[in-house]
Amino acid sequence: MRDKDSALRNLWCRLYPTHVEYRQRTRLKALRRKLARMNLTPDSWQAIQLTFELATLTTLLLLVLATPLAWWLSQTQSAWRAPIHAMVTLPLVLPPSVLGFYLLIVMGPQGPLGQFTQSMGWGVLSFTFTGLLIGSILFSLPFAVQPLQHAFDAIGSRPMEVAATLRASPLDAFFSVALPLAKPGMVTAAILSFAHTVGEFGVVLMIGGNIPGQTRVVSTEIYGHVEAMEYAQAHLLAAGMLVFSFVVLLALALMNRRQRQVV
Amino acid sequence: MLHLQVKLNRKEFLLDVGLQLPEQGITAIFGPSGSGKTSLLRAVAGLEKIQQGRIQVGTSIWLDTAQRICIPTWQRPLGYVFQESSLLPHLSVTENLNFGMQRALKSAGSVQTEANKALQASVELLGIGSLLQRMPNELSGGERQRVAIARAIAMQPQLLLMDEPLASLDAARRQEIFPWLARLRDELKMPMLYVTHSAEEVTRLADHLVVLDKGNVKAQGPVNQVLTQVLNPVVVGEDAGALIAGHIGAIDTQWHLSRFDFDGGSVWIRDAGLPIGKAVRIRILARDVSLATSEPQNTSIQNQLRGSIQSITSDAHPSQVMVVLKCGAEEVMARVTKRAVGDLALEVGRPVWAQVKSVALVA
Repeated sequence: MRDKDSALRNLWCRLYPTHVEYRQRTRLKALRRKLARMNLTPDSWQAIQLTFELATLTTLLLLVLATPLAWWLSQTQSAWRAPIHAMVTLPLVLPPSVLGFYLLIVMGPQGPLGQFTQSMGWGVLSFTFTGLLIGSILFSLPFAVQPLQHAFDAIGSRPMEVAATLRASPLDAFFSVALPLAKPGMVTAAILSFAHTVGEFGVVLMIGGNIPGQTRVVSTEIYGHVEAMEYAQAHLLAAGMLVFSFVVLLALALMNRRQRQVV
Repeated sequence: MLHLQVKLNRKEFLLDVGLQLPEQGITAIFGPSGSGKTSLLRAVAGLEKIQQGRIQVGTSIWLDTAQRICIPTWQRPLGYVFQESSLLPHLSVTENLNFGMQRALKSAGSVQTEANKALQASVELLGIGSLLQRMPNELSGGERQRVAIARAIAMQPQLLLMDEPLASLDAARRQEIFPWLARLRDELKMPMLYVTHSAEEVTRLADHLVVLDKGNVKAQGPVNQVLTQVLNPVVVGEDAGALIAGHIGAIDTQWHLSRFDFDGGSVWIRDAGLPIGKAVRIRILARDVSLATSEPQNTSIQNQLRGSIQSITSDAHPSQVMVVLKCGAEEVMARVTKRAVGDLALEVGRPVWAQVKSVALVA
């Protein structure tokens, strides 16, 4: 019966092209319906918003913290340089779960930081946005410090000496010479920190606890969708992340190329 | 007066220098590379950490390790011109000039209009008026160095330090900058320390000369005295010779020659368009001077000087000696063979004629 039907329809198609149009139209309608079903849930939107809030705050705080740290690392001859450098680089090689685990212990009710925050009346930071922010900053630290340190290293000692012979105090020279010259490094550091924070998962899962509106970010939202077999939702978020990451890296590469042409 | 006493341990040598230098004109610090001249200059600027020393410029003490005084570089009223381009790459020429000036203004508390005048003067002095809007990477090497020099002198420093400002430039660019440096010396009353390994720069620019070798002072004094000190192995090379100050005494328009008069005689040089009475220096290389015991006749060499032998010293090669003649108040050097000394029975005190094959006019 079906075979007969389809054979008949094929014949129809050949005879009446309008039927093909009709078929295409119905297919389009089906796709639209499917897309409507795939619309992001309020939960997902919340996760996206939270992700961007977290990434923006992390990036801003990281630039403030990492710039002096990178400057110190690029200038110092102290014996502490090597161990500090290794510490800063640790999150690059450490499994996020290890970092998350220790953070959980430190920030927890029995941990030193937890004891401190409790004594200050701030409660416990684990499973809060602030706790997540601290974790993100630590986790993305090398992504901010390394480009900055490379930029400061590339400047060399000469421009700072020149600034000193032009009556600029060390602090003055840092702001009027070192920072402007390290601008490409700063932009790279900002982009990488932002993108890396958006992409973190393990640390969030360990210390965030996936609380909607508090600590549930896109990456954990995807995980939740997959666990719940909501593949369409997972698809949408995952593809969004993929496109976002690609665009960021593309922008970075284009920017670096332009910089090289200018110099 | 400029008191420099610096002890500085380097990997290759120990820089150990004690100098009293005049507080006017250009003092050249001359020596081969690795002799410590740049380290000395950096020490004066405070860019080098010094174990032991004392630096006093005029009445102000910049460093005294005994009294634990060390003024940081940015508080020393100096100007520094680095060997290679040192313009701040993110700032335009104007911004580079203003960078130091604004800060010098603040620390000196002088008036803005005065500073603007100084800036204007330095821009004119180095002829960079047309470059003001450009970025450093749009300038040629020579232009960059001129801007760097203008930036240093615009601050009206008490002491101008220059570290081989011409070394990174090719010969043509160097010739382009020379006149500006000579103008600097003649028009500014600013004392300068000028590090160089080029004998040409010393003879053209310096008033006072310090010869450094392996971290020690080998000779120092007014430039024409030091240059004729034959015992000075650093100066004596192929380029050993006398530097004589005098003036243009006459001009022969028919043969395009000028007569250079000095205390001790006169020589004819190519007419360079200089007016009569203009004070100039000439350089006579020892290898361009030959000696005769009687007045030479029938020779193409036009310039002959009468003098008496002051000293005969052995030269780098065993076949040769360096003979120093006294011609009036000036000294002339001649490089001749040992055999000639024997054949002509040359000895100290004997009157001789020096035949000068070529003379170079320097700034």
